[in-house]
Amino acid sequence: MNSQPDASEIANSVLKQETTAREIVTDVLKNIAQQDSQLNCFTAILAETAIARAEEIDRAIALGRNPGPLAGVPFAVKNLFDLEGITTISGSKIDAENPPALQDATAIARLKQAGAIAVGALNMDEYAYGFVTENSHYGTTRNPHDLSRIAGGSSGGSAAAVAAGLIPFSLGSDTNGSVRVPAALCGTYGFKPTYGRLSRSGAKLFASSLDCIGVFARSLQDIASIYDILQGADPKDPVCCQLRPQYCASELDRGIEGLKIAVADDYFSQGADPEAIAAVEKIAKILNVTRKITIPESDRARAAAYIITAAEGANLHLHNLRDRPEDFDPATRDRFLAGALMPASWYLQAQRFRSWWRDRLREIFQEVDIILAPTTPCVAPQIGQTTATIAGKEILIRPNLGRFTQPLSFIGLPVLSYPVFLPGKLPLGVQIVGAPYKEDLIFRVGAYLAGVELFNK
Amino acid sequence: MKHKKTEIAEYVQKTAELLDIEIKSEYLPEVVENFTKIAEIATLVTEFNLPETIEPAATFKP
Repeated sequence: MNSQPDASEIANSVLKQETTAREIVTDVLKNIAQQDSQLNCFTAILAETAIARAEEIDRAIALGRNPGPLAGVPFAVKNLFDLEGITTISGSKIDAENPPALQDATAIARLKQAGAIAVGALNMDEYAYGFVTENSHYGTTRNPHDLSRIAGGSSGGSAAAVAAGLIPFSLGSDTNGSVRVPAALCGTYGFKPTYGRLSRSGAKLFASSLDCIGVFARSLQDIASIYDILQGADPKDPVCCQLRPQYCASELDRGIEGLKIAVADDYFSQGADPEAIAAVEKIAKILNVTRKITIPESDRARAAAYIITAAEGANLHLHNLRDRPEDFDPATRDRFLAGALMPASWYLQAQRFRSWWRDRLREIFQEVDIILAPTTPCVAPQIGQTTATIAGKEILIRPNLGRFTQPLSFIGLPVLSYPVFLPGKLPLGVQIVGAPYKEDLIFRVGAYLAGVELFNK
Repeated sequence: MKHKKTEIAEYVQKTAELLDIEIKSEYLPEVVENFTKIAEIATLVTEFNLPETIEPAATFKP
């Protein structure tokens, strides 16, 4: 599954004319046609425009021009990103009635400018409200490691397509864990930067206070390079920060000397299967980390994130909840309807708690640079499974897959879900968590881990 | 704070009316179930005493 070339290897071979962008895209489209009927990652495939764009790139290279660092690299995006010429459906039946997007989302435009080629749009939970990608309109996306299991969500198609080797990288979005959860369950890297670091313009919002876009890939080098391309201010997104880009691909070789790293205990070591804890222990051992740190009131942080999500998500869809509730996925409709009825004081208290909890984390980040925590409490559940027994307690699967991701995105922290493969087990992830705008430190830790693991293979 | 199911069901129906949302009878049990869950989760947030100086995190730039 990981023997496929990564994005930087593809771009190098295209630029050196060892292969052509057309050959690359044709192969990718062939693989999608062969495998996606089983996996159900794609909701739209852009065969014609992708081949036309590949031919343009090949012509440019033949004329001695450099089409960019991602020359000829195919990619796909969660179907809530605007892709010029097709309708942005956001996993819904309702939005499928919208006209085609007139222009690309900012992130897509930046990737295309770097030479990457969009080959399609990917399945997700309706309006990004879920951790499972069991979509009543567009079907369930299956986990490439075990087709009887979910890929996770809400960016399930984005994770599964990368894990299956159909594409080298993809984009998703993360409000409460929707990049990190499927990345962990499918065994890929999944990165969400600091809230506001990347432009969300042209990506359908879910809960604006929390929404981020993020990247999936099979190599850390790719995650860093793509993140660097996506950085930069964007006046079209009021949340996008004005900070100068802080490029990370050049940080990968810097090592971890001097970094203070700790494992989150208490809340983050409870309510998980033993293998999820073992995954964190494995990563801590490689990093030689023994320090533990307690993040107080994490259960309240998760609760507050839940309240904010329910209120903002419901408000965004209020008109359709009034006019055409029957057209929603039942799994999202009833939660949206409940969220629409919430008293204002609950929402405001949650937003005030957010400020308070951010201050606690600021204090913690005075003591440490990086925190390690599990990404999910368990491996990918079976499709259709609603409950599981975790740590001796029966829990509902849908909400609990976000137990460890939700508190961290609640205050906008940057996080990399690092894939962990324990012998004989399905993949899991470990969250490498940094202070706001300290993505560079996360990449240094991730690259060190990847280097040690490669050496030990 | 634990709420009675009947209280929640009444709140859901009355508030939906006020907001001009018609909740079909077949959706009502699930909506009540979801609201009950939200109410339980909200307790974790509302029972926590915050200093008056703490402002909501949402920002608005004029």
